[in-house]
Amino acid sequence: MTIGDLSGKGGRRRRAFDRLMSGLIYGAVVAAIVPLVAIVGEVVIQGLPQINWEFLTALPRPPTIPGGGIFNAIEGSTIMVGLAALIAVPLGVGAGIYFSEWPESRLSFLSSFTNDVLAEFPTITLGIFVYLVVVLTTHTFSAIAGAIALSIVMIPIVARTTEESLKLVPHTLREASMALGIPRWKTVIRIVISTGKTGLATGILLSVARAAGETAPLVVTALWSVYPVTNLWGPTGSIPYLIFYYGLSPYQTWHGYAWGGAFLLVVFMLGLNLSVKLLIGRKFAGIRAEI
Amino acid sequence: MISSKQIGRRRVGGDQILKGAVAAAAVSIVVLLIALGIELINGSLQSLTTFGFPFLYSNTWDPNHNIFGALPFIYGTLVTSAIALLIGLPVSLGVAIFLSEKAKGHRSVGYVLGSLVELLAAVPSVIFGLWGLFVLSPNLKTYVEAPLHEYLGFLPIFSTTPIGLDYFVAGIILAIMIIPTVAAVSRDVLNAVPNSQREAMYSLGATHWEVIRKSVLPYARSGIFGATILGLGRAVGETMAVTFVIGNSTAISPSLFAQGYTLSALIVNQVAETSTPLNASAIVEVALILFGLALVINIFARLFVVRLTRGARFRA
Repeated sequence: MTIGDLSGKGGRRRRAFDRLMSGLIYGAVVAAIVPLVAIVGEVVIQGLPQINWEFLTALPRPPTIPGGGIFNAIEGSTIMVGLAALIAVPLGVGAGIYFSEWPESRLSFLSSFTNDVLAEFPTITLGIFVYLVVVLTTHTFSAIAGAIALSIVMIPIVARTTEESLKLVPHTLREASMALGIPRWKTVIRIVISTGKTGLATGILLSVARAAGETAPLVVTALWSVYPVTNLWGPTGSIPYLIFYYGLSPYQTWHGYAWGGAFLLVVFMLGLNLSVKLLIGRKFAGIRAEI
Repeated sequence: MISSKQIGRRRVGGDQILKGAVAAAAVSIVVLLIALGIELINGSLQSLTTFGFPFLYSNTWDPNHNIFGALPFIYGTLVTSAIALLIGLPVSLGVAIFLSEKAKGHRSVGYVLGSLVELLAAVPSVIFGLWGLFVLSPNLKTYVEAPLHEYLGFLPIFSTTPIGLDYFVAGIILAIMIIPTVAAVSRDVLNAVPNSQREAMYSLGATHWEVIRKSVLPYARSGIFGATILGLGRAVGETMAVTFVIGNSTAISPSLFAQGYTLSALIVNQVAETSTPLNASAIVEVALILFGLALVINIFARLFVVRLTRGARFRA
C-alpha cells in the first residue's frame, strides 16, 4: 500500500501543505529567538552606558541628583548568594550522592521525587515560608533570611546535577575500587566524586547563576537598604530587588540604576552559563568515550 | 596481620558515617517540603477559620474593612496562564519539531539553537519584567491591543481601552518565559520516538509533515502533554515578570485588556504592608493556594514525563 503519488494533482496539494507547515515551524523558531535577542539587546543598549567606576562603588542617590551607583546592591547580592551557597552546597551535594549511590532505597525515591517538585516550585512560596519562619520570629527582614530563601532555591539544582554527574561515572570504576578492598565510603569520595567533580562544579555554578537572579524570595525576606551592609540581621539590598524597585519607580535616573543592574546581572549569568556549557561539552565527550 | 573481622568493622564504620550523612541531606529535602506545607497552613489559620471555603470564590479584597477573598487573583493566574499556554505551546512545539526533525544531520544548527533557547531560560524573571514594562508593553498596546480593541471591541474580551498593563501583556510575557521549558522537554520526547516509526511512514510515500503529524506526534503525545503541564506550572508560579505588567487591580474583568492581579503578584506587592494580623494571614493563605496549585500541577506533570526527560529540565 502507498499513501499516494506525490507527483499528481493531490500530490501537489500535499507538497504545498508540507511547505506551509515547514514555514510555520521555521516561524516558530524565529518567534522563540526574537525575544531573547530583543531582551539582551535592550539590556545592553540601556545598561552598558550606565556602567562606570562610580556606578560600581557609590551608593544610590535621591531621584533628583544625578550620578551615584549601586554598591549596596552588589555587596548585598554577593553576601547573600555566598551565604546561600554555604548552606546549599553541602546539603545538595549530600543528597545528590545519596540519590546516585543508593538509588534503590525507598528514601532515595521519595526524596528525589520531592526534589523534582521543589525544583519547579514557585519561589515566592519558598520566600513566604522563610518570611514566616525567620522574618516574623526575628522581627526583622535580614540578609540571613534572604540567604536561607536563596539556599532553598539552590538545593534542588545542586542535588540533581550532582546525582546526574555521579551517575555518569562508569560502574566499572566503582567495581575496580571495591575489588582492591577500598571501602565504599572511600570509593565514593576518592573515586566517584573526584571523577565527577567537573559535573559537580557545573551544578554549583548553575545554582549560583540562578540564585543571583532570584527576586521574589528576596522581596519578602531581605527587602532593601540603600546603605552598605553592616549587620547581617538587618534589611539588605540586592541587584534583583534594585531592578524591581527602581524599575517600577517613576524617575528617569532610577530607571538608569535598574538597567545598569540588569546589565551586570545578565553579564554575570550569561558568563556563568556559557562557561558551564563549555565545561559540560568537554566533560560529556570524555565520559561517553569511556563508556 | 589484620584479621578479616577488623577490616570488616572499619569498613562498616566509615560506610555508615558517609551513608548517614548523605541520607540526612536527602531526608532534609523531604522535611523541607513538609515543613513548607505545615508552616503555610499554620500561618493562614486565622484567615482559614474566619473566611472558610468562600475565600476561594469571594471577590472582595478590602484591607480597610478586613474582608478578604482570593477570586480576583485565582482568576488572574488562570487567565494569564491560559494565554501563555495558548501562545507558548504552538511555538514551543514548532521549536521542538525543528530541533528533532528538521535539524537532524545538522548538529551544529541544533546545538546553537538549543543553546540560545536555554539561555532564554537563564534570563532572570525580573529582567523579563523590566523589558516587559519598558519595551513589550508599549509596543503591544500600540500595535496589537489598540487595533484589536478598535475593530473587535464588541467582543467582551477586547472591550476595555488598553493601557498596556493587563492580563494580555502578562500572558504574552509568560508565553515567552515558558517556551524554553516546554520546547526542551518536548524535544527530548520527540527524540525518543524510534526512527522505524518515521521510516515506515516515509516508505509509504508520505511527506515530511505527514510523517510528523501522523506518526511522530501521536507517539509522543503523553510526553508532550507532560511538557505542557510543566509549562503550566511555570506560568502559574511565575512572579516578578508578571508583577511588572499585570496592572495591580483587585477587580475582575472579562476583558483581557483590563488591569488585574495574580496570586504571586499580590504576595510580592502586599506582604510587607499588611495592616492587621488577619490581612497577613489572608496573604499567607494566598501563598497556600499557590502552593497547592504548584504541588498538584508538578506531581501530575511528573507522572507524564516521569524519568524520561529528567536531565533536560536543568540544562534548559
